[in-house]
Amino acid sequence: MEVPEILAKLQGKYPERDLQLDLSLNTNCVILPLDLVPEALQFLRDDPDTEMDYFDFSTCVDHPPDRLDLVYSIASIEKKHRVQLKVILDRYNPTVPTVTHLWQGADWSEREIYDLFGVFFPGHKDLRRLMMPEDWVGHPLRKDYAHPNLVKRPD
Amino acid sequence: MLRTEEFELNMGPQHPSTHGVLRMLLKMDGERVVDCDPVVGYLHRSIEKMAENRTFTQVIPVTDRLDYCTSMTSNYVYVLAVEKLADLTPPPRAEYIRVIMTELNRIASHLLWYGTFCLEIGATTPFLYSFRDREKVLDLFEAACGARLLYNYVRVGGVSRDLSPRFLERIVEFLDYWEPLIPEYEQLLDENPIFYNRTKNVGIVSQEMIRSYGVSGPNIRAAGLARDVRRDDPFAAYKELEFDIPTEAESDVFARYRVRMREMRESAKILRQCVKKIPGGAFALPLNYRFKVPAGETYVHIESPRGDIGCFLVSDGSDIPYRCKFRGPSFIHIQLFKKLLEGVLIPDIMAICASFDIVLPETDR
Repeated sequence: MEVPEILAKLQGKYPERDLQLDLSLNTNCVILPLDLVPEALQFLRDDPDTEMDYFDFSTCVDHPPDRLDLVYSIASIEKKHRVQLKVILDRYNPTVPTVTHLWQGADWSEREIYDLFGVFFPGHKDLRRLMMPEDWVGHPLRKDYAHPNLVKRPD
Repeated sequence: MLRTEEFELNMGPQHPSTHGVLRMLLKMDGERVVDCDPVVGYLHRSIEKMAENRTFTQVIPVTDRLDYCTSMTSNYVYVLAVEKLADLTPPPRAEYIRVIMTELNRIASHLLWYGTFCLEIGATTPFLYSFRDREKVLDLFEAACGARLLYNYVRVGGVSRDLSPRFLERIVEFLDYWEPLIPEYEQLLDENPIFYNRTKNVGIVSQEMIRSYGVSGPNIRAAGLARDVRRDDPFAAYKELEFDIPTEAESDVFARYRVRMREMRESAKILRQCVKKIPGGAFALPLNYRFKVPAGETYVHIESPRGDIGCFLVSDGSDIPYRCKFRGPSFIHIQLFKKLLEGVLIPDIMAICASFDIVLPETDR
């Protein structure tokens, strides 16, 4: 299945929603409304046509001043297709339900995102910092993160 | 009455069998593991943050440090992402050189794995055999790009230097010398009853775990699933090359060992085809050192010796990456230990950890 077909499948499941591809940047990426997480992801995993049972990775992209994009990449072992889903979060209060009950591999990805971007995942059983020390202040991969050792590259 | 209780055991961060700096917080009931909590991050160098402060070209030597056992594939996955965003097609000769380097690196990495894996389950001799031959691969790398470990060889639009005809001859000479030695490696272990007892039916990964964690590389092929990015999502010149994807059904430590041994033979097969088929012409596109990449985001993945390594790259149209995320296979394989180590004995921990071929710098980034 190609990404537009997967989008059509999702659109069929949620006819009242206007789901779009992220045409501006990445044509392989579906923009998913926040309130459909994790329901739509579960649908993609369990539906026999999509069967997205393979968790690839999830990550964030920081867009100051107000946007924070969360990207899921999931794939299917049997069908050999892959899709990326982008959830747009509020940068000042980034909260998104966990998907660890769908894919166990999301555990550390979510811990890493919590650590480096400060996104909260209600429902995650063990949300601790992964990379940085436990007493670290701040979320280093945010664009406005400041640290004395972090010097901007001269032009 | 003797009082018994569970106790905590810290394995690592500095432990010879953890391949880098991995700490495992074990809850033990006598010799059996009740619970395992892998602690990573000791090697966190913030590679993803560093990438946001360098030009696209300057990031390449940083990716060397992602997975120092296979720097070529770490370079390559990043370069491939930049090329996809910038819509560049490298010349055909560069594509072949990249395949040659990827496969040589696969041989070097599998040999390193073979040696250290045997060390960890108590066999010292195989280590000497494998490092003797790994040196020869590193000599080839030194001849090609001047470095033995961190190559910085794959560049945007091609590679940093061309390969000489003599170099191609040396690859054939190496293969002629090395291929007959693979049965020798196997002879050391295959029919050894101690090795057999230590590895058979140990550390079995279920099909369900493979899917929900996202296991890849030789570890997924050891579970009977013929998934290989080189075949499923071909990059470089792999479309034009013939090779098999070895699989084993058992998904235990022994199966993972078998898959890697068989993969080395396939790498040799690919290398021989490349030497015959490599076209002439340019080895790189003429590009400025500082170039701008159009705004966009992309995800590419390739098959590294450890599994499916990916790069998610976002550009905002300037000459530095906006966001660069690496999906490392070891990051996923270490997560498995939490479940996999429940109920195993302490000596089996080493066998299981080693069999996944984890590399910590790639996990911590």
